Amino acid sequence: MRPARALRGGLLLLAVVLMLFPAVWMLITSLKDIQDVYAATVFDFTPTLDNYRDVFVSTSAAGGASDLVTNFSNSVIITALATLLATLIGVPAAWGFSRFDLKGAKDQLFFILSTRFMPPVVVVIPLFVMYRWAGLYDTRTGLVLLYTAFNLPFTIWMMKGFVDEIPGEYEDALMMDGYSRLQAFRQGSLPLLVPGILATAVFSMIFTWNEFTFAVFLTGSTARTVPPAIAGLLGGQSTPWGLVAAAAMVFALPVLAFGFLVRKHLVAGMTFGAVRR
Amino acid sequence: MAQTTSVATSAEPSDEGPDFEPPPVARRSGRLTDRWIARLSVAPAMLFLVGLFLFPLLWAVVLSFSTYSATRNQPIEWVWFGNYVDVLTSDQVWERAITTLIFVVAAVGLQTLVGFGIAWLLSRQQRGRGALTVLLLLPMMLSPVVVGAFWKLMLDSQFGVVNRFLEAVGVGQVLWLTQPRLALFSLVVVDSWQWTPFIMVIALAGLTAVPDYLFEAAEIDRASEWFKFRHITLPLVWPLLLIAIMFRAIDAFRLFDIVYVVTGGGPGSSTETLSYHLYKIAFQNSDTAVASAYGILMVIVVTIATQFYVKYLTRVQAK
Repeated sequence: MRPARALRGGLLLLAVVLMLFPAVWMLITSLKDIQDVYAATVFDFTPTLDNYRDVFVSTSAAGGASDLVTNFSNSVIITALATLLATLIGVPAAWGFSRFDLKGAKDQLFFILSTRFMPPVVVVIPLFVMYRWAGLYDTRTGLVLLYTAFNLPFTIWMMKGFVDEIPGEYEDALMMDGYSRLQAFRQGSLPLLVPGILATAVFSMIFTWNEFTFAVFLTGSTARTVPPAIAGLLGGQSTPWGLVAAAAMVFALPVLAFGFLVRKHLVAGMTFGAVRR
Repeated sequence: MAQTTSVATSAEPSDEGPDFEPPPVARRSGRLTDRWIARLSVAPAMLFLVGLFLFPLLWAVVLSFSTYSATRNQPIEWVWFGNYVDVLTSDQVWERAITTLIFVVAAVGLQTLVGFGIAWLLSRQQRGRGALTVLLLLPMMLSPVVVGAFWKLMLDSQFGVVNRFLEAVGVGQVLWLTQPRLALFSLVVVDSWQWTPFIMVIALAGLTAVPDYLFEAAEIDRASEWFKFRHITLPLVWPLLLIAIMFRAIDAFRLFDIVYVVTGGGPGSSTETLSYHLYKIAFQNSDTAVASAYGILMVIVVTIATQFYVKYLTRVQAK
């Protein structure tokens, strides 16, 4: 049995290396100047932080903040607001679906889930027309509204799972004692839901932060977030690989940090609550 | 008034102020009945989803019957199903449909095999299983743009690390992104790198849920490893795996972002998926109406395919 175990361990190690190598390679590339990028050496280069400086400071003679700084601030503001709104709207909805016998609740929940599976390119065509007409094209408000809707299916499905786990009798007992329905929710269930709400919000943040397709079509230059901006850097004749790598690293860092915070819920979050432990 | 209740448990901190003082029993329902609370709790969410997904989709249906273009200023004519006929009779569309189909089958197939394999290895691993799982989930948490950038860099034919490695072991230069067949295969690899962990975690959940006593019983009967796998593990994991495959297939069918970042649909149109083709018609040719019809057809295809799949799924689960 021993060789079999060694083989399994070896295969697992190989899987981990394959899954992590691209990220490590990007990290290495972000520390290289352009000659070393083209040389594609693994260790034999002089590390530099110039690429990281270029992410934040403009390379033009005048200096000042780079364009990517604008993209990053857009990403931060839009992600924060959309996550907050989706949580404020999604948690009560999840509670409502869990606690009450709503008419057609099953159909409504199915509709909610199905919006998440629509091809974004299909939805974005009429949205583009609508947004231009309503003056929401290339505005942060427009993206915040869209991403709120984008996060709602996830928030509702995740949170419904969490609310279902808390027995409804808990609120009923409080109501027997004279609390109103809303007070019973606020004092009975809400404190127990806080960890779940935080985890769900972190996943909404990650999804919004990473979103590309809607952002690329609904923004021009003013409200552009980081993903389409990085894609823009990749598109030209010669790609500034050092800058792309450094920007990608700076961009991915918060995701990894937040992912680490919710590592207990990682499996549930990444599978839309389909797998929970 | 406050003494009449016995709910002052730990759930209610005493310093909350008068806000939380329980009202007398007679007034407990307040002004809002349960029915209204239920409706109001759900209404804002439904409003958002209807306004930003359903309404645009219905608008797309309206546009699809016209000759509307988002950039050209021309009078709109109603052509009814003309755009649908154009899309369905276009050789280009069928070509993209085949490309997409090949991509879906290859990517989901590869991810299922590898994902299940890793999950099986993990389920046999006692030490550090949790930490390993978290590490293996990394690709899923990254933006498709970041993933695309990683691979575009690594697969570059001149200075990509993959080709450097292949040269070192004696294989010549491989044109990963500029040779039609290979470019599509490269996209399969990129997508699989990001999404194999998805299949893996779902398969792992199924594998760790198989009760031990079944294996013990099989052990007593001296069943072979293969028998145990074929008749105990697989039947129990299969329904869960089918759900994961459905999620992945829907996702792969609408693939857009990685194509945009890594190949731009090229070389030629060899890696243009339906979504990418649709984007070109809508935003490069500005044929908004045709693109709307195209999009509606895509939604219809996904919906019908999912219906059939779910029917099959419920039959499997009923067994």
